This record gives sequence, C-alpha cells and structure tokens, in this order.
Amino acid sequence: MMIRFLTFLLAVLFATVAHAQDPLRLELTDGVIEPLPFALPGFHAETAGSEQVAGDITQVVAQDLMGTGLFRQIPRSAFISTPASFSDPVAFADWRAINAQALIRGAVAVTGGQVSVKFRVYDVFSGSEMGEGLQFTGTTDGWRRMAHKVADEVYSRITGEAGYFDSRVVFVAETGPKDNRAKRLAVMDYDGANVQYLTDSSTIVLAPRFSPNGDRVLYTSYESGFPRINVLDVSTVGRQQLTTQQGEMAFSPRFSRDGQQVIYSLANGGNTDIWRTDLRSGQHTRLTSAPSIETAPSFSPDGSQIVFESDRSGTQQLYIMSANGGEARRISFGEGRYGTPVWSPRGDLIAFTKQNAGRFHIGVMRTDGSQERLLTASFLDEGPTWAPNGRVIMFSRETQGAGGTSSLFSVDITGRNLQRVSTPAGASDPSWGPLQR
Amino acid sequence: MLTATSITKNDRTEFMTHALKAALLIGALALSACTNADRFDNPDAVNLNDQAGIGQTGLGAAGNPDSPEYFNQTIGDRVLFAVDQSTLSPQAQSVLAGQAQWLMTNSDYLAVIEGHADEQGTREYNLALGARRANAVRDYLVSQGVAANRIRTVSYGKERPLAVCSDESCYSQNRRAVTVISIGVTS
Repeated sequence: MMIRFLTFLLAVLFATVAHAQDPLRLELTDGVIEPLPFALPGFHAETAGSEQVAGDITQVVAQDLMGTGLFRQIPRSAFISTPASFSDPVAFADWRAINAQALIRGAVAVTGGQVSVKFRVYDVFSGSEMGEGLQFTGTTDGWRRMAHKVADEVYSRITGEAGYFDSRVVFVAETGPKDNRAKRLAVMDYDGANVQYLTDSSTIVLAPRFSPNGDRVLYTSYESGFPRINVLDVSTVGRQQLTTQQGEMAFSPRFSRDGQQVIYSLANGGNTDIWRTDLRSGQHTRLTSAPSIETAPSFSPDGSQIVFESDRSGTQQLYIMSANGGEARRISFGEGRYGTPVWSPRGDLIAFTKQNAGRFHIGVMRTDGSQERLLTASFLDEGPTWAPNGRVIMFSRETQGAGGTSSLFSVDITGRNLQRVSTPAGASDPSWGPLQR
Repeated sequence: MLTATSITKNDRTEFMTHALKAALLIGALALSACTNADRFDNPDAVNLNDQAGIGQTGLGAAGNPDSPEYFNQTIGDRVLFAVDQSTLSPQAQSVLAGQAQWLMTNSDYLAVIEGHADEQGTREYNLALGARRANAVRDYLVSQGVAANRIRTVSYGKERPLAVCSDESCYSQNRRAVTVISIGVTS
C-alpha cells in the first residue's frame, strides 16, 4: 500500500515537473541523440476480421520509427494499462510511470476491400495530444502505405521535419557472378517491401533516377548494344529511348526539379561532357567543353546550378556551375578523389562518393565545400541518394573478392544508424523517390 | 589442379606458343583464384574456363592468318592499360599495329572496340574512362590506315570484368580495350 502511494506521489510530482516543460520535440542535431521512448499499444481491430491487418500495420509503424534510430519502443510487457478502445480516455499517469514520452494509439477497420486506419499521437508528459487525429482509407492491398503514412505523421509531429517512410526506391537488382552479372531495374518501398521488376535482365541497365514526382525513371541501357538513356513510365512500365545529342554513349542522366529537363553525360571521340536536353522543345545544350571527363551532374533544388565531377585538375573532384554551363568552381579539396555528387533536397548539402587510400566513403559537405563529413567507410561504397526529407542517405556497398556482391545501405546524415536495406538478391544504384501523395 | 583440364583440351604442338601463353595466363588466374579461395573460403566462386575467356576456342583455325582466331589469338584482340590511364604502351601499340594490318587485309570485317575499367572507381567515371580507352585504340587503328567508318566504340566501365578477384593481378587484366571483329557492312 505504502509503495503504491509513493509511486503515485512520485508520478504526480513528475507530472508537475513535466507540465512545466516545453511541448515534446525531438531536435535532430548532430549531437548524440538518446532514442526517444514511445508506447505503441496494438492498433484496435474495430471490425471482425481486421485483427491481422491491425497487427501488421502496428508492426510497420513501429519498424519505421525504430528504423530511424531516433526512437525506442517500450515493450508492451511494461505497460501498466492498455486502452480497451480507441475512444477511451488516455491514462497519462500510466504512461508517465513507464517513462513513455510519446504515445501512439490507433484503430483499424476493414470493410469490403477497404481498410481505414485512424490514429492519435500524445505528448505524455504535457498530457496533451500532438496535432489532431487523422484517418487514412484505401484498398486493403495498400495497408503498408497507410502504416507508412501514420509513421510519417508521427515522425513529423515529434521532430518537426517531414517524414520519408511513404516513399519508394528504384534500384538495380543484381544476380549472378561478378563476371556475368545480370541486372534489371526494380522498384520497392523504402524499407525493401513490395519489390516490382521494371525490366528483364537481357541487357545491362545502370543508375536509374526517379523523376521529382516519381512518375518516370531515367536510366542507362545497353539495349541497342551501346549505352543510351531510356525513360520509363513507372505506372505502365513502358519505356523509350531519350533523344539526346548524338554521341558514342549517353549516360548518367538526372531530371530537373520540374521534370522537364534532363542533364546527362555524352561521350564523343572518347571525351565525356555534360549536356542538357529540354523535353518540351527537344533542344540540346552543351554545358561543358573540356578534354577532361565531366560526368555525374545533379541539379540544385532551385534548378539554378549543377554540381558535377570532373578530372580536369588531374583527379576526380567536385565542381559547381550555373545550370546554363560556363565557368565552374571547385568545391572539393580534401585528400583523395570525389565523385557522384548529389544535391540534397534542402539545398544545403552535397552528398558524394570519396575514394582515398584504397577505401571508399559516402560523405556530405556544404555547397561551398566546407564541413566535409565522411559517413561510411568500406571496400567499395558509392552512389548516394537522398531521402525526400534530406535526413538519410541510401547507397550501394560492394564486398571484396571473387564472390563480391552489392547491397543497399542507409545512413543518417550525422553518420549514425548505418543499416542494410533488405532486398531479394544483390542490389545497387538506388534512387530515392519523393514522398507519395 | 584446374589448369590441367583446360590445357590438355587445347594443346596442339604446332601452336605451342599460344598454348604456352594460355597456360601462363590460366596459371596466373589459377594462382589468383586460389588466393581468393583461401582468403574467402569460397573455392566454388571461380570458374576458370568462364573467367579466362580462353580454352573455349579451338586453336586449329588460328593457322589461317585471315581467320578471326588468328586475329584474336596470334595478333591479340586486346591491350591493357595502367591505373586511370588511356595511354597506349609500346607493347599495346605493337599489338594494335598488327590489328590494323589484319583489318586492312580483311576488309570485310568491322570492329567494335570495347573499353573496360577495373572495379576501383565509381560507375560513371569508369564508363567515361572506358570510352577514353576504346577511343585511344580507335584513334591508333585509324592512324595506321583503318577506315574510321569500320570502327565503333563502346564502354562497359566496370560492368564486365574478366577476372574477378579484388587485387592488382585481376585489375590489370580488367583495364583493357578489346577489339571485337565481325563480318558486316559499313554504315
């Protein structure tokens, strides 16, 4: 009895202190972050037969949040009480007592082929709801997307930043030995679920790039026997060759933010330069003309500038020029070689591949080249791509030796939370698409 | 061990030189393969016949100096490059002089020059580097008198390695430009 009373007293005391606190907000800084503990009781199954999907959705929400490395799920065995229904009042004291900072409650109903998911997020220590409850409805086979949308909302309300869970990644699926590797395009959810193949493996395909709204994919294909750029419509899986300036080889394409222009590399007489093709007018513009290799161009989010790599100094380095070409300024000055620069969706950082002393790294730097930070190190890391919110980078990692295989990894821009992304077989060249609507 | 099968199959006394070359190459590959197998505990990962790309072609026809086999084996269908370079060594130039001579004699043949890179390097850069290498070969053949419209180039970057280990013994074989000939009509 005495112990119970003391617990109660402590809880009241703690709650009072908490009330004086600012509302719950996880600031995503470069410092060490203690994962934020949250409670996620299983979403209520509100209709008969919806238990399975309710359980599945709860699990995906938890996986999304835990996968960021920013949150820690409190085991259900620690719960003091569990709400009997979605509309039950929140027993804040019970959640405070187990130090849950955030509480996520939800419910799922399945009727016909439709599933609806509703949820609310609570700031436990201030005893208030964060934002308003939301409900998503869709077809049953889209249940994973609904779970990702719930997790995106939770992430966004707690961190103040946009989420990235309801997004897809296009990549190259790889099978077979190193000297006879079969490659085909595939698209999947950001977490590796729902893999769908977009091409067969009859020819080499390389480096797919999503359009800004995710409707199309640019990639390099050897279909004609020579490297050319194809445009693939994601919904119909129809593809056609992009008409570029004539050359021996066209590769390394990327869309502009409005999806109306493509920048790419074109090789002529063995010399590779950067070109831009306007999809509406069909006009081709040459942006660089140097005897050196200029490749891997990427637009700034506002479309005014292009970051690219060039070996004009003798080794691969990063440069920024106007979107209309002209003079370029070098931004990479550290030891080693720099390639595959990609402008972050926020515009403040450039992700790149760095090769130094026999190792490969994925890194980020500011657009003036300052504050270079290497996030990974391995035998061969390359080809970074940004999560739509600019917080996470996905890339390819190839292992060493005759049995070497490639797989996808993700890492936070702070260098924390390196994780392998699950794919059915080998995988390379990821391109992260936008947050879906 | 594995080398015995390949060499016996292809051994012909009249082409001892080629067989010897092949044996040396296969031997080198076998050595590197063994190193890898030991290091990575994966002895099944390397198939020598596939890897070497030789041992599959009968050497018999190589006696005919107008045969593709003669071009591929006696003259040599490939030249190798130093790390990051597309410069032709004196040795490479002598192989290419032979290729040019052959192509001028056998004017029914077209050539596609495939430029390759080793795995050290990013995908895009290696594609561009392979294009440089293929083009260096093309320029040399043209300078020797081969009509430019009989030659096309293609870069495979690091997509089609010949040798699969991750050290210089394999990398040096992968940094190559291969002249692939076929009978055809000029465009």
